[in-house]
Parts: sequence; C-alpha cells; structure tokens
Amino acid sequence: MNLHDMVQGIQEGKTRAIAKAISVIERESLYANDLLQMIYSMTGNAYLIGITGPPGAGKSTITDKIVKEWRKQGRKVGIIAVDPTSPFSGGAILGDRIRMNDLNTDPGVFIRSLASRGSLGGLSPAVYDTALILDAAGFEYIIIETVGVGQTEVEIVELADTTIVVTVPEAGDDIQTFKAGIMEIGDLFVVNKGDRPGTEKMRLLIENMLDLVHLDWRPPVLISIGAEGVGIIEIVEQVNKHREYLSSSTQLTTDRKKALGKKISLRLQYLFEQNVIKRIFESSDFDQVLTDIIQRNSDPFTEVDKLMDRFCPWLKEEED
Amino acid sequence: MERKIKVLVAKPGLDGHDRGAKVVARALRDAGMEVVYTGLRQTPEQIVNAAIQEDVDVIGLSCLSGAHNTLFAKVMELLKAKGAEEIKVVAGGIIPPDDHQGLRDIGIDGIFTPGTSTENIIAYIKDVIKD
Repeated sequence: MNLHDMVQGIQEGKTRAIAKAISVIERESLYANDLLQMIYSMTGNAYLIGITGPPGAGKSTITDKIVKEWRKQGRKVGIIAVDPTSPFSGGAILGDRIRMNDLNTDPGVFIRSLASRGSLGGLSPAVYDTALILDAAGFEYIIIETVGVGQTEVEIVELADTTIVVTVPEAGDDIQTFKAGIMEIGDLFVVNKGDRPGTEKMRLLIENMLDLVHLDWRPPVLISIGAEGVGIIEIVEQVNKHREYLSSSTQLTTDRKKALGKKISLRLQYLFEQNVIKRIFESSDFDQVLTDIIQRNSDPFTEVDKLMDRFCPWLKEEED
Repeated sequence: MERKIKVLVAKPGLDGHDRGAKVVARALRDAGMEVVYTGLRQTPEQIVNAAIQEDVDVIGLSCLSGAHNTLFAKVMELLKAKGAEEIKVVAGGIIPPDDHQGLRDIGIDGIFTPGTSTENIIAYIKDVIKD
C-alpha cells in the first residue's frame, strides 16, 4: 500500500489502511515521518483516556465495558493495548483482546495491541503516533491501556487527557504500586472486583492518600465489578466530568503542551542517539578511548567532553 | 530496528483445549516474536478482523474439535474477501492426515499435529515470512 492510498484510507476510516499505517510507525519505517506529517492536520479531535494498574486488576475488562457504553451513544472508539516485551527474548504475548472479543466485529471499534519494546525512541513515540493515526481516522475516544508498573508505563499514561487507575482490594497493603508514581497520575481511581473482601478498606486507603495532596481536581474513587458491568456507568460519567473540568480551565492546554514537550524531547533524544551517539560508537578510535579509560590513562568525564567537542563542535561555539 | 514477526494465535470453534495453543504462543514469544493471543471460542469473523487490525504476518489456528475443514476454510475465505490474503495461515491440533491435502489446497501449508516440536513451527514461520 503506498503512502497516498494509506492517508486516504485513514481519512475514510478504512481498517486495512489504519492497520498498515500503525505498522509503518511501529517498525520505524522510513515513511513514518512522511506519514505523520501528512495526517497531522487531520488530528486533534480525539479524547485520550489512559487506563493503567497492576496486572490482573481488570483493565481490559473495564475497557471492554466502557467501550460498549460509548458504542451505545454511537461514538467510535480506538483502543491501544500495550503489553510488556520480554526482556529475555524480545518477544511478547499480547493478550488484551481476550477480554474484548465482542468488540472484534464492531466496525466502530479498532483495537491494536502493541508490545512495550522499551527502547529509547521505541515505546512512547509509537503509542503517541498510533493515537494520532486513530485520531485522524475519526475515532472520538482513544483508550491507551497499559500495565502500571515502571516509569515507561507512567510516561505513556501522561499522554492521556484523563487517566484511570484500576486496582483491586487485594492490593490493599501493596503500597509499592502507589510508590511507583501511580497515585500522582490518576484522575480517577477504580477499585475493581468490588465484591471481594477489603474493597472498602482499599477505597479508604486511596482516599486517605489523596487527602495528603491538594489538587484542583479531586480524583473520585469508584468501586466496580467489571465482569458484571457494575459501576461502569459511573466511570463513564466521571470521565465526562473530568473532561468538562479540563476544558473549563486552561488545564487541557497545559497538559497537552506538557505531553507534546515530552514527545518532542523523546524525538530529539532519538535523533541524537541515531546521529551522534551511534557515530561516536562506530568511530575508528572509540575502542582506544575505552582502553585509555580502563587503563586509567584518562577518565570517562574528560573523554566525554572531548567527544562532545569533536562531534558536536557547534555547542562549544555557542558557549563562546 | 529489526523487524519483529507478529503472529495471531486463535482457537476457532467450540473445543476448550487451549494448552497446545498456549504452548505454541509462548514458544513463539521466546523466539522473539510478538504474539497476539485471542483465546478460546473465536468465530472466523473475529479472527480475521483481529488479524487485520493487528496487521499480523501469520495466523496460527488451533482446533481439536474436528471442525477444522469448515472453520479454517471460512477463515481463508474471509481473508480473501477482505483483501488480506497475504497473511499466512498455519494450523495445529487434531487434524487427520486425510484432511491435510484439502487444507493445502485452500492455502494452509504449515500443518502441525501433536508431536511437532516447537522448533519446527518457529523455523517454518521464520521461513515463510522471509519471502
């Protein structure tokens, strides 16, 4: 499929074109930038929702149910489901679709599973750019679902306008989850599997933690039983409320500028890695530099300064 | 970046025996592939839609109920109808030797019955994707 057909297909909401376009981005193909440049003006209409939380909390099940609510209202929904890449083999099992099988045959829903991959320039840009493709294709809501452990996942969720943190009663004494920075990113907390013992305790624990910080938007803490569809309407209502809150202030613009700044920063880092660092590492005397450092004839700090002078001389000129 | 092979592993039909499919899914992951696992009791429509949205290179179908001739044929038919016939399809499960030629005739070349080592499946997939 050529680029022009792909762009036209995206604009017409054609599944094949959307899927192929996401692959172009995911594979960091040479056309990825051209493609994104061509579609960028068509984007900006979607609302991004992040869903995160520990494995097995019920994120996919809740996503499935929320999407069905939006489908009742005739909204088109895109889902980006991120699962971790195995650090050992580089492979991944992407299993989020298991909980969303009913959505597979709904033409108003597009689901794409992405492996986290987790290299610089890999993960976050792919998710952000995939969201752009879905946005251009006319999906009004885009859900980014990711396992909430580790910094990279937190970063993805920062791209979202509204972030839902899903947890379970059993995570009651698992303060680790909240230490990871998840507490700060939630606009809405859901204690799922709310028919299990400890639900109320967990809800109070989150409320107490929220009491410690002053926020303009006080995140609500909801209880749901995802598999039975209990508490889903309340989640949708709170997402709407948060959206109203964001658009009634300058917060939405501030947040989006922050996300964009991050995106640009990642892109710059990626280009620096590809164009400068890679060249340094491949330069003929680099091995000698390493040898010198190991033999204590020099030190890494001096050598890095020298490399910067050599490969990025313009930086020095600007200083002078 | 090295191009990752993406495979959809699905179980069409009504049998509930997913051990084999899961073992294969894990083996493919351990071989560095990205595996979309869609679980049990899938209709051919669900499988084909998922494969197209995910833009996979290969679909692995597992069936132990005996309904493979009907279900696999339907998958091939839908792939063609949706213009996605470039996606390769491989099959596993209880597939009697008498049915192999029929499946080959509709474009399913890799047929892996019980006793196949996962290395064979990995090697086969890597080989068909090369072209």
